[in-house]
Amino acid sequence: MSDDLLHSPLEAAHIALGARLVPFGGWSMPVQYSSILNEHASVRNHVGVFDISHMGQVFVTGANQLTWLDHLLTNNLSKLQPGEGQYTMMLNEKGGVIDDLIAYRISEDETLLVINASMIPEDVAWMEAHLQDGVSLRNESDAWAGLAVQGPEAAAAFKKLFPAEELPERNGISEIAGGHLVCRTGYTGEDGFEFFCTAADGADFLHAFISAGATPCGLGARDTLRLEKCYPLNGNDLSPEHTPVEAGLGFFCDLEKPEFIGREILAEQKANKPKQRLTAIEVIQKGPPPRPHYSVLSTDGEVIGELSSGVLSPTLGKGIAMAYLPLAFSKPGTEVLIDIRGRQFQAITVKKPFLK
Amino acid sequence: MSSSNIPSDLVFQTSHEWARIEGDIATVGISDHAQEELTDVVFVELPPLGKEVDAGDPIAVVESVKAASDIYSPLSGEIIETNPEVDGDPSLVNTDPYGKGWIFKVKLSKPEQASSMLTAEAYGELIG
Repeated sequence: MSDDLLHSPLEAAHIALGARLVPFGGWSMPVQYSSILNEHASVRNHVGVFDISHMGQVFVTGANQLTWLDHLLTNNLSKLQPGEGQYTMMLNEKGGVIDDLIAYRISEDETLLVINASMIPEDVAWMEAHLQDGVSLRNESDAWAGLAVQGPEAAAAFKKLFPAEELPERNGISEIAGGHLVCRTGYTGEDGFEFFCTAADGADFLHAFISAGATPCGLGARDTLRLEKCYPLNGNDLSPEHTPVEAGLGFFCDLEKPEFIGREILAEQKANKPKQRLTAIEVIQKGPPPRPHYSVLSTDGEVIGELSSGVLSPTLGKGIAMAYLPLAFSKPGTEVLIDIRGRQFQAITVKKPFLK
Repeated sequence: MSSSNIPSDLVFQTSHEWARIEGDIATVGISDHAQEELTDVVFVELPPLGKEVDAGDPIAVVESVKAASDIYSPLSGEIIETNPEVDGDPSLVNTDPYGKGWIFKVKLSKPEQASSMLTAEAYGELIG
């Protein structure tokens, strides 16, 4: 391939399935196969399968790995047993988000970090720069293919393929026969799991999950599904300029830990309230779909922020969006305006998530 | 490559709008190929009635889940009618692009411009 993009080990399979490929986070990935709306509905009502091979896998081992990770990440890994995982974040010294990720305790002395595709080089560089004695990193991102199987029928699809195996509990991880990793996690708000196998086996498992009933789904549906549930997308809703407290993710930051990178800022913001909050906004006037970077205005016409994410919700049939807004505007029920190509549309802030 | 439908009684432009010319009125929409490329149309922003447009002006917007695309008036004139049905059900642009999915009508001020639009055959070659 002559472009500068990275390619999933499943790319040939995607093309054969009729996928439309687009650049995403430095990768060429399927945005859709047939229709974003149909793929979205498949996941909400049945089961869909997404290629997540672009995501990174970093294995952390060594006698001090747990202590070190609790210094590097916001959540508290020491509270987990082997086989359990948690959503967590890696912050800079100012409390800004470098990446959000899921950390799984595979065993007493090994943790798996599943990180965002676009952040693999930066995350690994940050971890290496902060490495301590008694900790080793293995970036195996290129070696693994990943498939997210999501929807109310995901567990049934798993049973069809692996009748002798059990899915782990919610947020859990287990290794099944063949050395595949299965995590009971996802990014759609539905039941489901993320399945990691060798890059070479990825296409076979994609076809196997499709045969077990899953609709192949692209990043387009992944975005509409996650935004209905207000799951943040790093690079849009999360950035080094905003803290987890501002993003409304304080639940995933354990301030009872005496120390971790960024802790002081979070503690200060929690005590004194942050200046801005990532706010859910629903468009209440018929109009074009809201999209990232559209301006948000007060009803007085003053620009108070810009959308970090926005789509027409396929489930709710209305425009939904998120934006960092000053605290005075972030309270649910506050009327605001969204500027779309010079016209202003009425919107209202709401409690997260959009889809309960 | 394309299996798109291209009716022979229409004229086209390279930006994928079609026009059906009847007397001095042109009905305008987007081609089957364009709707396939855009996929699920979820919103159509119609032009204001009475607006005077020049050929090539962006005059409407068709939005899919992922992107907003400008629609250009292929011909100069006055917008005399817009399609209320696509306002209520934007997916008509997908399901019936040359019929119920039409977008607006222009009363032509320079009818001779139509001769410089692409024939169905030429448009078919363009989208190959």
